[in-house]
Amino acid sequence: MSPHLGWNPARDASQLLTYHFMLNALCAGTIVAVMAGVIGWWMVLRRQSFVGHTLAVVGFPGASGAVWLGLSATWGYFGFCVAAATVIAGLPGRPAMGGFSEESSVIGTVQALALASGFLFASLYGGFLNGTTALLFGSFLGVTNGQVWALLAVAVAALGALVAIGRPLLFASVDPYVAEARGVPVRALSFAFVILLGLAAAEASQITGTLLVFALLVMPAAAAQQLTVRLARSLWLSVVIAVLVTWLGLGVAYFSKYPAGFYITTFGFAAYLLAAASRMIAARSGRWGNVMPRTAASLPTAASRP
Amino acid sequence: MSPPGLLGAADPVTGILHMLAQPFEVRALVAGSLIAAAAGLVGWFVVLRSQVFTGDALSHVAFTGALAALAAGIDLRIGLFTGCVVFGLAMAVLGRDGRADDVVIGNVFAWVLGLGVLFLTIYTTGAGGGDGSAGVTVLFGSIFGLSSGQSAVAELIALGVVIVMAAIGRPLLFASLEPAVAAARGVPVRALGLLFLAVVGVTAGEATQAVGSLLLLGLLSAPAGAARHLTDRPYAAMWISAGTAVGSVWGGLSIAYAAPRLPPSFAIMAVAAGAYLLAALAAAIGRRHA
Repeated sequence: MSPHLGWNPARDASQLLTYHFMLNALCAGTIVAVMAGVIGWWMVLRRQSFVGHTLAVVGFPGASGAVWLGLSATWGYFGFCVAAATVIAGLPGRPAMGGFSEESSVIGTVQALALASGFLFASLYGGFLNGTTALLFGSFLGVTNGQVWALLAVAVAALGALVAIGRPLLFASVDPYVAEARGVPVRALSFAFVILLGLAAAEASQITGTLLVFALLVMPAAAAQQLTVRLARSLWLSVVIAVLVTWLGLGVAYFSKYPAGFYITTFGFAAYLLAAASRMIAARSGRWGNVMPRTAASLPTAASRP
Repeated sequence: MSPPGLLGAADPVTGILHMLAQPFEVRALVAGSLIAAAAGLVGWFVVLRSQVFTGDALSHVAFTGALAALAAGIDLRIGLFTGCVVFGLAMAVLGRDGRADDVVIGNVFAWVLGLGVLFLTIYTTGAGGGDGSAGVTVLFGSIFGLSSGQSAVAELIALGVVIVMAAIGRPLLFASLEPAVAAARGVPVRALGLLFLAVVGVTAGEATQAVGSLLLLGLLSAPAGAARHLTDRPYAAMWISAGTAVGSVWGGLSIAYAAPRLPPSFAIMAVAAGAYLLAALAAAIGRRHA
């Protein structure tokens, strides 16, 4: 049967859910979108998107190495992303603005070496060219029940941990110096957050592929932070946008011959553009006034200080 | 074609002579050296100006540009260079002070990659019946696959980049380290920033042909990092960075020749990363003895 998009949305939805693989893909996509929406929101607030990207990239050799060794790619993603997060979180200092920063050349080198190693494992495995593309750009076919449960367990644990450290983490993200002076363990929180970011990157990689994780980690959060400067509201918006983008992307990809990665990134980017445009219009009509900060993310944060 | 391999030869000299007897290997060495020299010079400034994230974004644009050209049925390199240069200039214009905002870049490049996947699908499933491995070739390069015409063009462009960088090296250095002072002294800081990002775009297109769009960031940043550890003098570091990049290509191509199962782009990256690590260790030991 080839899927047809009709005019009756209920019939279309029931067509979508006929197949078990599609149900699994939607469940996995929803779990991943919720986690990426929340942790991506923090990542944008803390200006650590480059770190998030690096963590996702390191997942690629993990996944292709795991496949080469005959293991499940899921364990490769989680293992490598968390290991890389531990290393990155342990690095001293933060990227300096201007001047030669050691950290940025290390990150660039590590990223390229990770991708090269992933390619090496893929070539050693052999006959794996389509598999390489699937690992890099995502594939929602063949998500197993076990994988859905693994994603759910990790997401629940990570979000639970985030709830536990949420308040001090917010304080430490918005004003690290005052937080430190008040006795908040800024460094330990930062370490914990990068580990959570590693888990989120590993989860997102399994739906969008290594190279498209930003579609779920950055785009919804950036769109939400354009729409409102209220922290709690933008956090919820970020989750809602991430879930909607994933559902739409997977749904449309099911009825089309083009890949889900393209649709998910396009819908995410469209959400971001719409949010930016609506903020601009609101600002012009004077509703926001001139005193509002640009976005919540433009508050001074840990990373923007030397 | 399966090269006999360096290890099969009686001694290293014979092995290297064997290697140099292969036309594809010589083409790869010559083109690879020039491309690496350009990448090393440009990469040093990319790191100095904290534009590694821009380099990263460019690597994704390179992929999409190349595949868009393939999907449209034209030469891959037209799309590659147009995409990289236009995107580099756009980044320079969009970002404040010629340094783009990382959330904006992140959003744009994720979407650009999504478009690349779309073009890949159009190309491989389209009427032309394109080669399914095209995507992987663009992502990870195929330096041994360069034709003589392709490598000649690549060499000329790389040479042009080296000459431009040698010409603007000093004012660009001044503008990168002390933008306010440089502007006061009459250095065209903004124009230099624009020109530099255009050159980064050209270099990204070049490096994509050698090591692939995903690994070009490594070719830009690893030699620069190594040079930083070897000397404190910026002008010398710039040339050491170029030399390290060229050495990485020589080492990588020899290793890939000796062990044909290793992809050449992996071998080049491994040597470059190794050089970085050694330079960092040497600097650490030097500090301890000082």
